[in-house]
Amino acid sequence: MTLEDKLYLNGYKTDEIGGSHLAIKDEKVCATCALKQCLYVCACSVYELNENTHKVEINYDACLECGTCRIACDNIEWSYPRGGFGIAYKFG
Amino acid sequence: MSDKLKYDVVVVGAGPAGLSAAIILAKAGVKVIVIERGKFPGAKNVMGGVFYTDCMKGIVDEFPGKAPVERHIIEQRMWILDEKSSVGFNHKNDRFNEEPYNCHTVFRARFDKWLADEAEKAGALIINNTVVREAILEDGKVVGVKTDRPQGDVYANAVIVADGVNSLLAKSLGMRQNIQKDAVAVAVKEVIGLDEKVINDRFNVKANEGVTIEMTGNFFNGEAMAFLYTNQKSVSLGVGMVIADLVKNKLNPNELIESLKKHPSVAPLIEGGETKEFLVHLIPEGGFHAVPKVAGNGVMLAGDAAMLVDSIHREGSNLAITSGKFAAETYLEAAKKGDFSEKTLSLYAEKLKDSFVLEDLKKYKGLPDMLQKNERLLKKYPKVLNDAAFELLNVNGVSKKDKEKLIWKNMKQEIGLGNMVKDMLKIWRNVI
Repeated sequence: MTLEDKLYLNGYKTDEIGGSHLAIKDEKVCATCALKQCLYVCACSVYELNENTHKVEINYDACLECGTCRIACDNIEWSYPRGGFGIAYKFG
Repeated sequence: MSDKLKYDVVVVGAGPAGLSAAIILAKAGVKVIVIERGKFPGAKNVMGGVFYTDCMKGIVDEFPGKAPVERHIIEQRMWILDEKSSVGFNHKNDRFNEEPYNCHTVFRARFDKWLADEAEKAGALIINNTVVREAILEDGKVVGVKTDRPQGDVYANAVIVADGVNSLLAKSLGMRQNIQKDAVAVAVKEVIGLDEKVINDRFNVKANEGVTIEMTGNFFNGEAMAFLYTNQKSVSLGVGMVIADLVKNKLNPNELIESLKKHPSVAPLIEGGETKEFLVHLIPEGGFHAVPKVAGNGVMLAGDAAMLVDSIHREGSNLAITSGKFAAETYLEAAKKGDFSEKTLSLYAEKLKDSFVLEDLKKYKGLPDMLQKNERLLKKYPKVLNDAAFELLNVNGVSKKDKEKLIWKNMKQEIGLGNMVKDMLKIWRNVI
């Protein structure tokens, strides 16, 4: 089962107006980061490296708000989505 | 002053800690508001699934009653895994069929919603879809919270912070520091739908009876913990790893659970199942030393926000509920005096210290550090143990005496005699 199929099962409300609740604090830090732990520690692969721009991109609408990325990397600005947005589990 | 929205107590977060506090307060006639960021209480909440019932005394009478519980657990299995094998032991006991049941599997999105209904019945106000962004401070004292709603400031005599493991609120108050990578684990879980009868047959139980399996050992570089719990019409399969180990081993949590699903000891139990939900959540793993200051001027931290998890016994929600209860009782004491200063609210810290909550965490205070610093325990021993079991049980013309020699030689080679003695002493000191 692919990750996309799994994420598709979940109830999720994307904040189209408020936008991403995640951000990179300083892109210069990413440019010189050898570890790039954000690319593998996230269970939902929210962080992806753009092959053309070599920048880390954030798919915030796949985020299940666990907080792993903010513990693994200090260069991530992490907050909760606006009230009522983001994941809403059926089972939990 | 008159246009200020004022309650006696603001509770941040409608999980077990916040809701149990709200129930006790509302029952005592306290004006309490619970602010939840999800679209309903439980929408953001995840745990493996085992809920211990004893903590519900004094909160909801006649539990479980109409509470949405799954199966009551009558058998617990512990497995130590190697790549393609497992060594295990179990305890099944008909006494676990006696009421009140020791524990049930639950789904938190349903359970927390039910608990919130109980809080409303008791007189608490639950507000969903609302994020608390920061505390309102006056003269160094917490007097309320700012929310993400227009004119969303709410004032109170005291704030109970129960917004979960990430608790941005506790951090903004300076009561918590940045979480260390070795003090939390990320756990991924799948709820896998299976026919009720198939579950009964596969796990050798009758209707409503459940089984839990805890797993650890030499898979994924030997530092993961995993679980498989039975629900009525599904099983919950999950795997967790401390973030420091995830980073060190360059692993992805979704790949961990995909590997676990293929393990020969696990695969037959979930065969034919259909994944219904995919969940990720952090678990406090730092134990006693990671518990922050829990009381300040006008504020108390409860549940995961106070890092109250006994990971060795997979207990968290019961610690959360007990801490919420203590926070509420402390508020009631403080209200009698009309003083909500840190000095008065520190009674809450005393209550935690004098109860099983901090006593249990204290008992295992050396354990997280021991497991982090001693890779042998989860890497080498599981393999040696599985190899030894295979050698003993595989009949191949070699005498039992020679087999024992082989096993002993393998243990000395893999671990070393001196290390074995040291490890046993360490385990003795930290666990027993």
